[in-house]
Amino acid sequence: MIIRKRLTAGVCVLLATLAAGLGTALPAAADEPSTAASPKVELVLDVSGSMRTRDIDGESRISAAKQAFNDVLDAVPEEVELGIRTLGADYPGDDRKVGCKDTKQLYPVGPLDRTEAKTAVATLAPTGWTPIGPALLGAADDLEGGDSTRRIVLITDGEDTCGPLDPCEVARDIAARGIHLVIDTLGLVPNAKIRQQLTCIAEATGGTYTAVQHTDELSGRVKQLVDRAAEPVVTPVATEGAGSCSAAPELKAGLYTDRQEIGKHRWYRVDVLPGQELRASVSVAADRAVNNDYGVLLRAVTTHGREIVRGAESGTGRTDAVSTGLRYPKPEQDDTDSDVKPAAESVCLQLSNSFSAPPSVKTTPGMPVELTIDVVDAPDDAADVAAFGLGRGWWLLGLMVLTGLIAGLLFGWISRWRVAVWRTN
Amino acid sequence: MRTPRRNTVRRAGVGALLAAVALLTSAGAAVADDPSASASPAEGESAAPTEAGTTFRTATPVRQGQAATADASTGDYLYWAFPADSGQRPTVRAKVSLPESATRHGASTWQIDVYDGLRRRQACMYGHQTRKAAPDAGTVELSCVLRTVRAWSEPWASDPLPGTYYVRLTVVGLAEEDLGLPVHVETQVDPADQGGAHDVDGALAKPLVPGVSAVSAQGGAPAGSEPEDGWSSGWWTSRWLWTAGGGVLAALAGVFGYSLTRGGGRPSRVPPGV
Repeated sequence: MIIRKRLTAGVCVLLATLAAGLGTALPAAADEPSTAASPKVELVLDVSGSMRTRDIDGESRISAAKQAFNDVLDAVPEEVELGIRTLGADYPGDDRKVGCKDTKQLYPVGPLDRTEAKTAVATLAPTGWTPIGPALLGAADDLEGGDSTRRIVLITDGEDTCGPLDPCEVARDIAARGIHLVIDTLGLVPNAKIRQQLTCIAEATGGTYTAVQHTDELSGRVKQLVDRAAEPVVTPVATEGAGSCSAAPELKAGLYTDRQEIGKHRWYRVDVLPGQELRASVSVAADRAVNNDYGVLLRAVTTHGREIVRGAESGTGRTDAVSTGLRYPKPEQDDTDSDVKPAAESVCLQLSNSFSAPPSVKTTPGMPVELTIDVVDAPDDAADVAAFGLGRGWWLLGLMVLTGLIAGLLFGWISRWRVAVWRTN
Repeated sequence: MRTPRRNTVRRAGVGALLAAVALLTSAGAAVADDPSASASPAEGESAAPTEAGTTFRTATPVRQGQAATADASTGDYLYWAFPADSGQRPTVRAKVSLPESATRHGASTWQIDVYDGLRRRQACMYGHQTRKAAPDAGTVELSCVLRTVRAWSEPWASDPLPGTYYVRLTVVGLAEEDLGLPVHVETQVDPADQGGAHDVDGALAKPLVPGVSAVSAQGGAPAGSEPEDGWSSGWWTSRWLWTAGGGVLAALAGVFGYSLTRGGGRPSRVPPGV
């Protein structure tokens, strides 16, 4: 019912738009729904020796994880392509070099055969080291290809002691590949160091961190994360803003991503016809440890450098992103001899941020930027403050009654006076 | 300079056309898929969401008046999106059920932020936007009363305009050890109609819904991106009644004033029997 209503509404809007002769800008390729590509998820499970510890509801960590995996495998949505990767499953020895390469794909990413996957999980026994960094790199490679949403769910109970590869840096590099990959982390009975490492990994990719104390929490959360991957979302298109307006990439309506380094400007360009409104909104995500006060500024500037309108936002404290937006309605041209098609105005968008970071924090790759551009019909200018210039309230009524009364009295007296004059004549 | 009234007439014309087309097509559609009509409500579009998004892009749509719930981890950024139309003053309420106090290590501070369709932060007029939960508290309740949504404003102002609004709920201060603990969240947006007092002239050509230009080209609105009965046309306001009522009263007062000058009964100087 509601779907039908929506469809009709959509058709109407479309027809009305055509009928009124007000064509909207063609959407960029960015807006085509990516329903064809199925979302991919890889579960990365720590099978290091410490998973033997029996401290989750009286069971060992690995058996809690296995039970959770069984629950999750039963509940995976049909459209999700799921894979499983392990780390520390094979090498029991003491050689750090070998132990730190110990990660392999247990079940390939693809349409899920539940029994097969469950059998594979059942064979796992806690064995070796905790090479989180290499496992994440491996998982990112497993998820290569296609244009769908990707998610890695990392379940671990220990910190990466393998160095020099910092898993947090690895995660940020993976995110910077621009493949829409999110890493969610789950820490089993975490301590301060694990927590720090896992929150850093999650933060770097826009994922979440969960501390797990009970088996049902683990299976519930992993199920939730897998379901989240199945939610259809619009996939943004990667773009790269330039250092000046003249070199800026030209954007159409759509959703874009970019990377911006701290303290550097990014320029984009959008063509706006007279009678159209440009709407731009931008979010800069704080994907690393940044100082507590920050801000973002988006300016719409003419090609000659005059500022038209700006959107600014600043904030303080813990945040995932800081965002702002602007709109610029370009008035219709006054002379309506429409033989000549009006030329589009090139509007430059300048994005700057005022994040700052402690010196220990790497500034490259830049912070993720999400940019939404819409070009719609412009509204008419308002001619009055009140709707249609209409009035409202008791003062208005009082004034109108008083005016009416005075007008009535005047008319009455004038007509009496005229009758009197006519009689005397 | 074009006259604004002419534009209104054009707008009204387009509106009438829209209405006519809507009538025709909905009649056609109703005939076409009547058998499936009974099955449609079971799809659960009206059911309250039990998940929350984690970014603007994945924000879970909720309707005003619906109680949305979500299970999450402490430290997650939870996003919901709701449509608000002109004349409404939405109140966002959230209730966070904290993990057992035995597992927690200190007080935590929670906050809701509301953003409009352009991702501009919207001010809360009043309400507990940020609140600190004591170390032994079981729940923390937050609220934010937005300004009244206006039909139009200048591009340089950040007045709330009709369109999508985002709610972001997160913890902004907590003991490091408490990150990642499970929480349960309930959110609700209550509309309050503010009547004609806030009706302004002008209207947006399209509500501030992100991706609206792409959507109209594809011919369908994403779920939950518009109010149940569609966006208001911007034509009706109670000011019509006030102004018309004032006119009627003025006319009556005029007649009354006129009759006063005539006096009551026969004029005194006309002799009896004429």
